Amino acid sequence: MRRYREARRQLLRSAGACLIIVALPRPVGATGALPAIPELDGWLAGRVPRIERVTLELPRFADNADAVPMNLKVAGPFSDGESVLALRLFSEKNPYPRMAEFHLMPGLARVEIETRVRLAQSQTVVAIAELEHGELLAATAEVTVTASACIDGG
Amino acid sequence: MAAGDASAGVAASTAASTAILGRVRLSAPIAAGVPFEVRVLLRHPMETGFRHDELGRPVPRNVIRELVCRRADRELMRASLGSGISANPYLRFFLQVDADCELGFEWVDDAGARGAERVAVKLGAAG
Repeated sequence: MRRYREARRQLLRSAGACLIIVALPRPVGATGALPAIPELDGWLAGRVPRIERVTLELPRFADNADAVPMNLKVAGPFSDGESVLALRLFSEKNPYPRMAEFHLMPGLARVEIETRVRLAQSQTVVAIAELEHGELLAATAEVTVTASACIDGG
Repeated sequence: MAAGDASAGVAASTAASTAILGRVRLSAPIAAGVPFEVRVLLRHPMETGFRHDELGRPVPRNVIRELVCRRADRELMRASLGSGISANPYLRFFLQVDADCELGFEWVDDAGARGAERVAVKLGAAG
């Protein structure tokens, strides 16, 4: 019985170690989760958005990079002073990294924007939500472009 | 010769031809304080400034740079767009109001061409 317990403990310990090893890259990735976009870094000015509550949906593969459907949501509910006042979209590889900016009314209970975007090439798109009290939330989406929006026949 | 009239006519027709067409649709029915869906579809090439015409001349950048939705003088939504938004921009978003009102939508491109649409919001009305 004792030996069994020891073995069980040992097993649990190594299982725990495995979990830690598996889990380690995630927090490291979460702090550096945003791709290096000079425009974004400049806008953030040292602030670190939390990677939560924002959902940025883009297709994993984009056949037509001229019109890629995009859906951006921030999960509520939003208590007083916690409204989402602005949403910003940054592109990692487009010639103009600032894709769009949306300013919303305070007190809006459903924060969701859908549009179609252009992507110059495969890249990560970053969405930043700015709350009333200044907190920043973010999400990223990686898209592989199979035909660029910047091909020029001329 | 009525030069004044002629130039006024030209100005009027120019303004009409450069107005950016757009359509705004709201979901129905709308209840007080409950978010409702707004869909905006604009007709615009959203020129990136990276293309060349058939003679090899660069086509200047011209995108709808701003779309604003107002209720009376209060701004409910303002979108700043760039060349990263597709041609014929489509936007779907949510707004909420507490009473019957009229929403004014306005958009403008880099060349200064504008478009506008007014939509009446009637609480509880279907369609």
